[in-house]
Amino acid sequence: MEPVNNKQIILQLVVLLAAAMLLARLYAMQIVDTTYKTLAKDNVVREITIYPSRGLIFDRKGNLIVNNLAVYDLMVIPRQVENLDTTKFCALLSITQEEFNRNAERMKNAAGYTIYKPQVFIKQVPAHIYDRMQEYLYQFQGFYTQIRTVRQYNCNNAAHILGYIGEVNQKQIDTSNFYRMGDYVGISGVEKSYEEELRGERGIRYVIVDVHNREVGRYKDGEEDIEASAGQDLRLTIDMELQAFAESIMQNKRGSIVAIEPETGEILALVTAPSYNPNLLTGPNRAAGMRMLLADSLKPMFNRALMAYYPPGSTFKPLMGLVAMQETGIGANYYYGCNGAYRLGRRTVGCHYHASCFNIQAAIQHSCNAYFCHLFKLFVENYKFNNVSQGLYKWKEYLMEFGLGRTDYLDLPALTGFVPDGNKYDKMYGKNRWKAVSIISLGIGQGELGVTPLQMAHSTAVIANKGTFVYPHVVRPNPQNPNSKYNKKHKVSINPKHFNAIIEGMEQVVLYGTGKSAYMPGLNICGKTGTAQNPHGEDHSLFIAFAPKDNPKIAVAVMVENGGQGKKYAAPIASLVIEKYLNDSIAPYRKYLLERMTNANLLSQRPKTISYASNGEDDDDDNIMTTILMPYTTPTTPTLTVPEPLSTKTTEQISVQPGNTPSAPLPIQIKTPSPPPALKPQPINPPPDNN
Amino acid sequence: MSSQNTHIDWILVLIYLLLVTVGWLAIYTADYSEQHPEIYYMGRNYGKQLLWIGVSLCLGFCIQILDTRFYTAFAYIIYGVALLALIMVFIFGSTISGSKSWIKFGFFNMQPAEAAKFATCLVLAKYIGSFNTNFYTLRERFIAIALILIPMVLIRLQEETGSALVFGALSFVLYREGILPGSVLLIGVLAIMLFLASLMMPVQYAMLGVMMVLLLVILLRGRAKLPQKLVIYLTVTVLTITTAPLLDEIVLMVILPILALIFILISIYLQRSTYALIALFFACFIYVKGVDYIYNNVLQRHQQNRIGVLLGTIEDKRGVGYNVNQSKIAIGSGGLYGKGYLDGTQNKGNFVPELSTDFIFCTIGEEFGFVGSAALIGLFVLLMLRIISVAERQNSRFTRIYAYGVVCIILFHFIINIGMTIGLMPVIGIPLPYISYGGSGLINFSILLFILIKLDSERYMYLR
Repeated sequence: MEPVNNKQIILQLVVLLAAAMLLARLYAMQIVDTTYKTLAKDNVVREITIYPSRGLIFDRKGNLIVNNLAVYDLMVIPRQVENLDTTKFCALLSITQEEFNRNAERMKNAAGYTIYKPQVFIKQVPAHIYDRMQEYLYQFQGFYTQIRTVRQYNCNNAAHILGYIGEVNQKQIDTSNFYRMGDYVGISGVEKSYEEELRGERGIRYVIVDVHNREVGRYKDGEEDIEASAGQDLRLTIDMELQAFAESIMQNKRGSIVAIEPETGEILALVTAPSYNPNLLTGPNRAAGMRMLLADSLKPMFNRALMAYYPPGSTFKPLMGLVAMQETGIGANYYYGCNGAYRLGRRTVGCHYHASCFNIQAAIQHSCNAYFCHLFKLFVENYKFNNVSQGLYKWKEYLMEFGLGRTDYLDLPALTGFVPDGNKYDKMYGKNRWKAVSIISLGIGQGELGVTPLQMAHSTAVIANKGTFVYPHVVRPNPQNPNSKYNKKHKVSINPKHFNAIIEGMEQVVLYGTGKSAYMPGLNICGKTGTAQNPHGEDHSLFIAFAPKDNPKIAVAVMVENGGQGKKYAAPIASLVIEKYLNDSIAPYRKYLLERMTNANLLSQRPKTISYASNGEDDDDDNIMTTILMPYTTPTTPTLTVPEPLSTKTTEQISVQPGNTPSAPLPIQIKTPSPPPALKPQPINPPPDNN
Repeated sequence: MSSQNTHIDWILVLIYLLLVTVGWLAIYTADYSEQHPEIYYMGRNYGKQLLWIGVSLCLGFCIQILDTRFYTAFAYIIYGVALLALIMVFIFGSTISGSKSWIKFGFFNMQPAEAAKFATCLVLAKYIGSFNTNFYTLRERFIAIALILIPMVLIRLQEETGSALVFGALSFVLYREGILPGSVLLIGVLAIMLFLASLMMPVQYAMLGVMMVLLLVILLRGRAKLPQKLVIYLTVTVLTITTAPLLDEIVLMVILPILALIFILISIYLQRSTYALIALFFACFIYVKGVDYIYNNVLQRHQQNRIGVLLGTIEDKRGVGYNVNQSKIAIGSGGLYGKGYLDGTQNKGNFVPELSTDFIFCTIGEEFGFVGSAALIGLFVLLMLRIISVAERQNSRFTRIYAYGVVCIILFHFIINIGMTIGLMPVIGIPLPYISYGGSGLINFSILLFILIKLDSERYMYLR
């Protein structure tokens, strides 16, 4: 034994110190520092998204319209592919060698390509190929299929209401914290406006992967997994039978039909023509379908019912009568003599010959221009208002109550239409340099007024219901939901007693007046014709109607572009739609009418027929930003004769404010060069809708 | 061997058995395969390890049967054979994972460097134990040091830096037996510290540190002529540090030794310690500059990287730092109780390279957490403290020296291996004794321990 214990202690100390050092470090790493846990989780845990199935869509009667169809993406893990017999493989998939190479090339160039991760080899393999492929796929190592769903439409109609879906764009990903790359999102129609209900909630499955990103097991045995919840189903208010009927009538025409149930505000049919088959925009050929539709010169993707602005023309007169009665205090029996024209100062608004209008019913029945111009002047130059601008503002307020100039109430993407106010004319004429006479054509639904067919139908429904209304909508709200704006009744600030005279007048329009072509015994239709002048050829044919007179079941607005006078196409079409809805069928003796309307082809641009009421003068009294929407330009039909050069167009109004929806064609604006208009007094050329 | 004369230390045997069992289970989880869940499956590392454990136990038994005098008598021969094997490696060796240190015997690959460990321990015990006093001639001291240095150099030539460094740990045995004075060991430790400092910071800062330490020495050494001392010392040192960056490296390496020499001569002539300190300062400067030079020009890229990653001067989680980073993630994510046996996500995902050999500690850290890691560290501490106490109870100098050799080797492996998995030590590939997979390693560590047990078991019989 040697007395060298201090050296033994040194070694023991070193051992203990080393152990203490290691333990301290381990303590810091394993217990104090928690970042390693997250790092480890990042290392091994992968989220796998489980896509929920999108909500189904049913029509008013409970028929399934839109459902999800399973398609299969052929996936491949490149690393596992061995000895691939490409000839056999191509034969199995019914593709050529070139297609195979193209797909392989595309896959390799895609972002995030690694040989360890599954890649999409072919998207959306159709079911019949999948069935065959499934049996033989085991021979091709590394390939497998993954189910995805696409939309399937069980009808060929209502494409614009249903809309379509597509992959989200970067902007949507950036602005929303829900979407991720590759997600599907509604792009138009109810698919867009009810996106949040339809899309459901994604589920997440956590799996453990190894260093090569291969799945090796469930994370915590699936404890933290989130189940996907399917999207909510939608019940449309659209009557698909009526919709299909209306669409078939509108074939070979441009225009739209909107039918609303006045009591509930439910939209029964929302037709825009030309339209397209919704099945074109789904499935593997979606891109080709989209290209085809966008290239179509008739612009079938443009939803006229919600996005085209038309001057309502004479169909505006019932509304004008109502607001004038409410605001100016004139009674239903107000008399205004029409001397064949409305003359104010040096301006003249022509009218046609008809019996004197001893009351407002007669004025509506005869569609008297002078009467309503006078009412408009009474309205805006009322002593209540300090100036015309204020009067016009009040007028606009009333129209807004009827749903004109706004669309915030609708559950579809739509444009607002345009109701002018003082600012517009201040800009046009200069402040205080205009008076009622300058804007008198507003009183007969012309001028700067721009209304969409839906707004026409809605205002008709309000009139039919004598002022109470529910906002129009295409999807049935949950009746239990008190917050839904479609479960509430609203009222316009027009005294209900004023409606009676107007409705009387509208009834007489169909019985004895301009709208006799809409008459159908037993239906008790009330309506009003309209003819909207436009610079693109024949006048637009307009008709608003509701039936029956008491307790109305349906309100319709029909708009046929270049259809001529209201009574010519719009009125018979409206009566057919009403008949179809109320009687469920068309009476045999009216089949000929249905046939005639269905077969009429108004797509070709036709020269404007010179109306007797037109005195041939080409005076354009408003300097107008004439805005023309693309659909009218028909670039692919050069053989058609355009009757007059654009700059000599006859009318005051025209369509539209610049639309700002991305899907609508961009308007071309043509500034007609003209001297300052207020300096040149001219008679107004009256719209010829007075028959 | 007769039962009344042998006193096998069963505590050591028990700890050994515990360690190899833990190792075997750790390898099972590290190399776990769904296709072969049988723990004895010979196609995987865990099955093979079981075989090696069996072989080791047989060898252990054989070692107990052999007479103790075999080891004393054959120590030089064993050492000679080991050195021969090390030399043979240069001729017949085959390269496995970057180092040419293996000899192939059919299915079994042997690493002579492992065998050299216990051979060196034996020969040190034999040589030093042959003296009866604690007073050695210079020649004897040099021979003792050479016995360690020869295998060290041979192994270093095989690019097995880690194993070579293990032999450095045996210098403690020399210290314990009085061959190396403590001051040499202390200087060695300080040199290592200065070495690290010179790598971690610019030369100027390292020298500033040295200057401060030496200044402290001056201040502590009495007050006589303090202002004068300070003026001389500070002028020279500050001047040197500020002008050094302006000079070319080669010029500096010429000027510095000359200056150092001059100041040594002055200090001898004037008998002033201040000048000696200034000379020391210059020596440190040469050393720091030299380390810098060696790191940048002599060391190979992977060695630079390993040291750089450890010191934090290289931040690279994808490349060189990948091993350490993944290893730290695995251990750090274990928490207090770990993720449970066979449930380690990082282990199962093969995120840590060399998991069943050098980074075996990750499996324990991840699946058994802090508690398991502490238990394993505790087991090792128990083993080493037990060996130290065994060493101190020996009458025989041979056995005691041998036991100290064993402790030093195990301790070095223990610190470096676990230290590198948690980022405290540079990644030098040496296994964790008794735990890591590897037949060569396990068998040699077993022999190392079993010889000790055999020698200890006859502590009352002979006085060698």
